[in-house]
Amino acid sequence: MKAPKFASESVTSPSISQPPSALDTFLDRSFRGLTFAFAWLTILLMVYLLWRVGRQAAPAIEKYGLHFLTSTTWDVNKGQFGVLPEIWGTLYSSLLALLLGGLFGVAIAIFLTQDFLPPKLELVFKNIVELLAAIPSVVYGLWGLFVLIPAIRPIATWLHDYLGWLPFFGTSLSGPGLLPAALVLTIMILPTVSAISRDALSAVSPRIREAAFGMGATRWEVILRVLLPTASTGIFGALVLGFGRALGETMALAMLVGNSNQLSISLFSPANTLAALLALNFPEANKTQEGVLMYAAIVLMAITLLVNICGAAVLRRATANVTGRR
Amino acid sequence: MRRRHTGSMLLLVMLCSLCLAASDAVADMVKLKGSGASFPFPLYGRWFKDYGKVNKQVQVDYQAKGSGAGIKDFVNKTVDFAASDAAMTDEEIASVDVGVQLLPMTAGEIVLAYNLPNGPKDLKLSREAYSKMFLGQITKWNDPVIAKANPGATLPDTAITVVRRADSSGTTFVFTQHLSAVSEAWKSGPGSGTTVNWPSTDKMVASPKNDGVAATIKQTPGAIGYIEYGFAKIAKLPMAWLENKAGKFVEPSLASGQAALASVTFPADFRAWLPDPDSDAAYPIVSYTWMLFYKKYSDPKMAEALRDVVKYCLTEGQKVSDEMGYIPLPSQVVEVVAKAANNIQ
Repeated sequence: MKAPKFASESVTSPSISQPPSALDTFLDRSFRGLTFAFAWLTILLMVYLLWRVGRQAAPAIEKYGLHFLTSTTWDVNKGQFGVLPEIWGTLYSSLLALLLGGLFGVAIAIFLTQDFLPPKLELVFKNIVELLAAIPSVVYGLWGLFVLIPAIRPIATWLHDYLGWLPFFGTSLSGPGLLPAALVLTIMILPTVSAISRDALSAVSPRIREAAFGMGATRWEVILRVLLPTASTGIFGALVLGFGRALGETMALAMLVGNSNQLSISLFSPANTLAALLALNFPEANKTQEGVLMYAAIVLMAITLLVNICGAAVLRRATANVTGRR
Repeated sequence: MRRRHTGSMLLLVMLCSLCLAASDAVADMVKLKGSGASFPFPLYGRWFKDYGKVNKQVQVDYQAKGSGAGIKDFVNKTVDFAASDAAMTDEEIASVDVGVQLLPMTAGEIVLAYNLPNGPKDLKLSREAYSKMFLGQITKWNDPVIAKANPGATLPDTAITVVRRADSSGTTFVFTQHLSAVSEAWKSGPGSGTTVNWPSTDKMVASPKNDGVAATIKQTPGAIGYIEYGFAKIAKLPMAWLENKAGKFVEPSLASGQAALASVTFPADFRAWLPDPDSDAAYPIVSYTWMLFYKKYSDPKMAEALRDVVKYCLTEGQKVSDEMGYIPLPSQVVEVVAKAANNIQ
């Protein structure tokens, strides 16, 4: 028993190390309890949400079943509902945004952490990118409509004229459509992806970096083969968050995606997304429609969950390959 | 120390009396809450603002949520009045136990606004042409069906992009009702309603609300879409002349709208539609838009205020309808509506 000895010593010479008092123990315990409670509360909230949405969706789920996921008609008057085009549009636009936004976002993060710029300029750039997150969704929608679409129209027309045999360019761009929507989504998720990737990259211990340089690696070898894999969990988190934002983005998409119930692989065709469908139809929905829309909301939640699970699995495999850990 | 204390006491007393005075004013003030159609919103907003200037005791808050949402609020009694372009169905009326008084307040034209660079400014569209455009069967601006009604005009070889409403809307209801009256194919296909199953082609895009559709038309060369006259006017979009039942091409205007309204006789509940007016000078797509009131209010002061608002809208209000892009009610209609307003008790 060493502690009593130290305690008795502290009477004569005051020391900073003391046995925890009853208050300390109490605070520790209650803090632990509190965090525990909050963690559970988050899960409970999620369950409650699902239960409420599920209860309202139940009649629609019973009535339309899985056919809801595979049919393409949305006819309120005839009572036929299907969300396949919306599922397709949601995934297509979000994946495209993730691809572009992820690429640019991570590139920006590397650019802003690896001493490419003087520190002051780095700060300016970082703030500019993060400022993008503060712009309201409606403004993005209007910007897309009045600036982006006219700007990409000539390019889209050229692509359709000369590369129209590719299914991606199979139709001509009339105005709102999948590509403008995906491009605006890209810009919207950029701050999320770049800010979190940046944090992940700066969290990599400088010693690892120096060690890699010490072994004679070039700058790009260090960045691509040491830093990125080490920070991959954080970067993956950034991508998942960005993807989540893209899946759930509503107002800008409602204005830009064209809201047309069709399945098309062409980037220039109008499409529809689940979030836009919900936002546009909810205000005037009657009882049956409300149930159907709640069903669509559950589908959206399920997609988000599935995507996260798949992403986690992919990441585990990827990191296992890089680090040799299992 | 003592002095500061008295100072703060004084301040407190002043604050209290201020609060009292404010609550006194609130007690005298009548607040009316309404929601519903966005189609007449520019006009209603103007009316309520002007009314508030004349009559400081009454404050009217109107939220343009859309006709369906307004009816929902009205049935749930979360508002004092509502507005709708699609009136109310029998079922909806039956679900309000204190009784419903529908009053037509103004009328509007739904126009086909288009964006055709190097195209004619006064494009004429036959009934066959525009119904087939919205069915997705005519896809080019130089289609012979369009060209036939526009002799001498140069029509470009541009693809037609049809812009429709993405949300459920009274404007869509009126427009699809007209299309159903005009085209057999439309009636048996998409049919009529606040949202319908539009043909899904690549060249049919949807935008939220009247202003969303107007903006999309403005930004898309080759686009055509249906919006309320006032919105097209604000966006400075050219509007097509449409062929009416009598076979004449009519420009959307105040006179042609009034000619269309002249043919309506109202039933007792004021729900009258004119999907296809037949007078020579009538513009074909015209509709009344209604305000919805309860027949019995628990607060007589509120009922009185509402009657007063209606009276104002029917007299002073009608004078600004025209400049806002709506059609003033014909005088005989104003008379009947004013009489019916007394049912609001």
